[in-house]
Amino acid sequence: MKSHVFRPIVVVIIAFVLLVVARQLMVPKDFGVHGESFTFGYHRLSNIDEWKNYKTKYRGKEYCRECHEEKVEENLASPHNVLECENCHGPAVDHPEDPETLPIETSRLLCQRCHAFLPYPQSNRALMPAIEPESHNPGMNCVECHNPHHPNLEDM
Amino acid sequence: MSCSRRDLLKNTLKGAAVASLPLSALKVLSPAEVKATIGDSDTRWVFLVDIQKCVGCGFCVKACKIENDVPYDVGVTRTWVERYVVTKDGNTNIDTPLGGRDGYNSDMIHGEHIDPDTITKAFFVPKLCNHCKKPACVQVCPVGATYQTKEGCVLVDRKWCIGCGYCIMACPFGARFFHPTLKVAEKCTFCYHRISKGLKTACVQACPFGARQIGNLKDEKDPVSQTIMTKRVGILKDEYGTQPQVYYIGLDERVR
Repeated sequence: MKSHVFRPIVVVIIAFVLLVVARQLMVPKDFGVHGESFTFGYHRLSNIDEWKNYKTKYRGKEYCRECHEEKVEENLASPHNVLECENCHGPAVDHPEDPETLPIETSRLLCQRCHAFLPYPQSNRALMPAIEPESHNPGMNCVECHNPHHPNLEDM
Repeated sequence: MSCSRRDLLKNTLKGAAVASLPLSALKVLSPAEVKATIGDSDTRWVFLVDIQKCVGCGFCVKACKIENDVPYDVGVTRTWVERYVVTKDGNTNIDTPLGGRDGYNSDMIHGEHIDPDTITKAFFVPKLCNHCKKPACVQVCPVGATYQTKEGCVLVDRKWCIGCGYCIMACPFGARFFHPTLKVAEKCTFCYHRISKGLKTACVQACPFGARQIGNLKDEKDPVSQTIMTKRVGILKDEYGTQPQVYYIGLDERVR
C-alpha cells in the first residue's frame, strides 16, 4: 500500500485507540444502567450515596426537646403547637455545637405569613385569626405584646 | 469420521451462538435479584398536596432553600407557592413573589389591589418537582447526569452535569433551574437525604397545616397512598404523559 494511504489510516487507528483508552480512564467504573431502563437509569451509581450523605439542617421538635423540654411542652399546649420550633428559631443544624446560638426571627413579617388578613374563602387562610397589618399597631413587632409560645390573648 | 460441508456450517453456527452467550445468561436468579436488576423496590415516593389546607405562609419554601443550600436571595427555588385569585370578570390573577418564600401578607398582586367583593375564588397552590414516572428531563440529558432512583426520585449528578440546560427546557412544570453558584441543573430531590433516613422532607416538616405530605405509594397502609387510592385527587399537566407523582386534593382547572 502506498504511504499516502497508509499514514492517515495509522493516524485514525491511533486516534481511535487513544479515544478508547481515555474513555476507559475517565468514565467511572460504576457508570451504567442502574434501574428500570437505559432511558431513566443510566448514571453514576455512587451519586446516590453522595445525595444520601447530604447534610441535614432541620432537626425537628423532638431534637429540640432533648434540651428544651420545658419550652417544647409550653409550645405543645398552645395553638402554635402545629409550628416547628425551627420555623421561627432557624435550623438547628448541629446546635449546640455549631451554631452555638440560633438567631430568632422576631419580625412582624414572620407573624404576617399566617396572620395578615387575606379575603380568600377557598383557602384555610380565611380561618386564621387575622389582623389588618396597616391598622393593627403598625411598626411594632408582634412579640412586644404577644408571646409566641402561648399566643392566647387572655395571657397577654 | 466424515463431515459434510452442510454439517460443518451448521455446527459452526451453533458453536458460535453458544459461545456468544455470556456466562451470566445461564445463571439462575432469585426473585429478589431479579427485582433488584429491573429496578423494582418496595418504595415509591409520592407527594400529596391539599390545596384547601395551604394558607400561603411560605415556611415550606424557606425551609427548602435553607435545607438544600439554594441561594436564599436569588429568585430560584426548588419548591414554590403560587397564589390564584379569580375575579368575577373571569380573570385569573397569579403571582409567586420570590416563590412565596416570605409568605403572603398583602392582597396586592403585581402591584394591583384586587377588590375583595370581585373575588370569586382564591387559593394557594404549592408546587415542586413531580418526580414523574416517565421524566422528560431525564430522557433528554445527553451525558447521563440525571436519573431516576429505584424509589422514583429524580436526581441530578452534580459532578457529571455539564450545565447544558436541556432538562430545564424539557420539564413541562418548570421545576428545574440553573444553580447560580454551582453552575449545574438544580431541582427538588424530595429531600432524598432526609427521606432515606426516615425523616420527612424539609417542606413537609415545616408545613404547620399538613398541606404537604410525602408517602410511599407501594405501602398500602401509608396514609398518603390510601388517600391517593381512595380519594379524588388530581395531577398537573396530564397531557404531557410524564405521569407526575405529586397528587393534589382540590385542584382547579385554572392551575397550570
